[in-house]
Amino acid sequence: MDLDFNAEENAFRDEVRAFLKAHLPSEISTRIGRGDDSQVAQDIPRWQSILHKKGWGAPAWPKEFGGTGWTTTQQYIFETECALVDAPIQLPFGLKMVAPVMMRYGSAEQQARFLPRILAGEDWWCQGYSEPGSGSDLASLKTRAVRDGDDYIVNGQKVWNTLGQFADWIFCLVRTDPSAKAQKGISFLLIDMKSPGVKVQPTRLLDGSYEVNEIWFDNVRVPAANRIGEENEGWTYAKFLLGHERTNIAGIGGSKRELRRLKELAAAHEIDGKPLLEDSMFAARIAQVEIDLTALEITNLRVIFDAEQNKAPGPQASMLKIRGTEIRQRIAELQVEVLGADALAFDGHGDSDDVPRAMADYLNLRKLSIFGGSNEIQRNIIAQMILRLRG
Amino acid sequence: MDFLFNDEQQMLLETTRRLIAKDYTFAHRMKVRDGSEGWSRDTWAQLADLGLLALTIPEDDGGIGAGPIGAMLVSNAIGEGLLLEPFHASAIVATQAIVQLASDEQRAQWLPALASGETLAVLAHDAGKNIGVIATPDGNGWKLSGEKRAVYHADAADLLLVSANLKDSDEVALFALPADAEGITRQGYRTVDDQRAANLDFNDVVASAETRLGTDATEGLQAALDFGLAALCAEAVGALDRILAATIEYSRARNQFGVPIGSFQALQHRMADMLMYVEQARSMSYLAASRCTDVDADVRRVALSAAKVSIGQAARFVGQQAVQIHGGMGMTDELDVSHYFKRLTAFELRGGTTDAHLRGLARQLSSR
Repeated sequence: MDLDFNAEENAFRDEVRAFLKAHLPSEISTRIGRGDDSQVAQDIPRWQSILHKKGWGAPAWPKEFGGTGWTTTQQYIFETECALVDAPIQLPFGLKMVAPVMMRYGSAEQQARFLPRILAGEDWWCQGYSEPGSGSDLASLKTRAVRDGDDYIVNGQKVWNTLGQFADWIFCLVRTDPSAKAQKGISFLLIDMKSPGVKVQPTRLLDGSYEVNEIWFDNVRVPAANRIGEENEGWTYAKFLLGHERTNIAGIGGSKRELRRLKELAAAHEIDGKPLLEDSMFAARIAQVEIDLTALEITNLRVIFDAEQNKAPGPQASMLKIRGTEIRQRIAELQVEVLGADALAFDGHGDSDDVPRAMADYLNLRKLSIFGGSNEIQRNIIAQMILRLRG
Repeated sequence: MDFLFNDEQQMLLETTRRLIAKDYTFAHRMKVRDGSEGWSRDTWAQLADLGLLALTIPEDDGGIGAGPIGAMLVSNAIGEGLLLEPFHASAIVATQAIVQLASDEQRAQWLPALASGETLAVLAHDAGKNIGVIATPDGNGWKLSGEKRAVYHADAADLLLVSANLKDSDEVALFALPADAEGITRQGYRTVDDQRAANLDFNDVVASAETRLGTDATEGLQAALDFGLAALCAEAVGALDRILAATIEYSRARNQFGVPIGSFQALQHRMADMLMYVEQARSMSYLAASRCTDVDADVRRVALSAAKVSIGQAARFVGQQAVQIHGGMGMTDELDVSHYFKRLTAFELRGGTTDAHLRGLARQLSSR
């Protein structure tokens, strides 16, 4: 047993660090670090194209599709290092969600048409899953697709669509057989966002941000060639997509970065004439979350190792999701607590850049335990796996 | 990065598990507990026969030289089996103190006797407490006076390794004294987890120069305690695994309102949380074992304190919830669940409490 990266893995990490130092534009990382998302529509594709030029556009893809062919460990190292230096995210909707589905279930034409553009950052993808009446109970979705010659006619509404205001394409779960039982009559469609009848309406969130939308489909015509796999088999593909992510689900890099910020904030803010970091109560809170993060980091490495040994995944992915989001939320809470009443100033008129950011982060990150399968759903999944009471 | 164990480590784990499955069932343990000594000399002899009492003795001294990962796996099994024998006290901690500090002659005198089970040794020294004993120069040697409290298995020990402050000096010395030496009074008692411990009084106990191990013992003692704490963490993880498994099984089998209680979501989520605690505890036990022999004492301290906090919190949550989910049965002496709970409760308080280690890490934040 060895918890440390070996020489090869360390050399890879050094290579990633050197690349990030040389090629991550500082104006982008500064914006990301300040929580400024005003340029996100430019920053994300620009960063994707920089990575693509290096051959690192798709860390999780196999080489045959232009990916890096990296091991799971290498992907983890890469994502962690990127997060530590405030690199923009690589949009998961194309790279990590629809692309693996296309590789596994898509036609050769679909792969040739879409994958290279995802890799280069030329197409922005978004996700059309949730509906007003279908959140955790996704299979109850109602958006209808009716066959008409070589096309489907799509009608319905999707919600909680992230960053779709910038998207070129959306992958959608739609109902193609309303008479079938919930999970049986669903198909997986790729829809051009410029199609007539597609309307994007932003949803303003509690932190004032516009990162999610409602998407309305009003008699949108979608070529049947844009269906993935078989009609009415979409649920299989959707489940495959959900089970795919294992390397960055815990968000170790992001939490480490924010823990570092928390310590800096606590060192800079005084209580009773000494830094908050030296206050025994507050220091214990920071120490606790640092311990929790260390435990999760090692657990994440164990999960990655098991994946590389081709062990069947157990409840670990759910565990990483729950603990990763709880820890990230806890760090955000503590950042707000450092600022105290100063964190109340919400429109940028506080006495430092940290003020609006800490509170906005705290509010915004409540989403973490809700999306991607709420933490309660994740606990259900764990319980089903360990209790084996069903079926 | 590698989470596999080598063949030798795997064999150590399986050997210990086999012994427990065959000869140390829960029913047997109950008999041992209620016997005259509260632990089994037969089991002790079996452990010696299997070579496990030589587990952490270096190969050059005739032992297995298993190192902290081997010690972790054997300790996992010992926690699973809730062994009452002084394995951790003698074969891990006291053995390590001798390995760290003793001269060649002293090693030859004590290590073979420890390996054979003939001598049972305990270390009367705890990092979190005052040393409590003063050594006053007396002829070629010293005279020891003072007290040590809650020394696990000291009442059955043949050899006491006693730390003492040298009078008018900053040095800490370690002495190896026969437990029946004149001036030593031992008051033995049962601990909450049905192990044995004793309070020791030293009243002008003669300690000749030959009984002293090494010179200043501060670093060697810390090294032995660090190794021991990692093994204690591993014992707790073994107990956590078993108490969680028992709880899951119980909630599948126990029917109320016509359905297994495990079908109730309130309990399902509790058990999902228990699983997460246990897995984080296992990760931290790996960290403790991996760092407990690091040359840098700071690296050891941070890793071990973090592990002790994390596993201690798991011990509390998982232990309490296991009793809760077992309902009234969890309160009984008859079921093993209450015994795991008590072992885990004792773990929280041993080797520095959860709060003591958290406080240490918190203080270090501002000095780093």
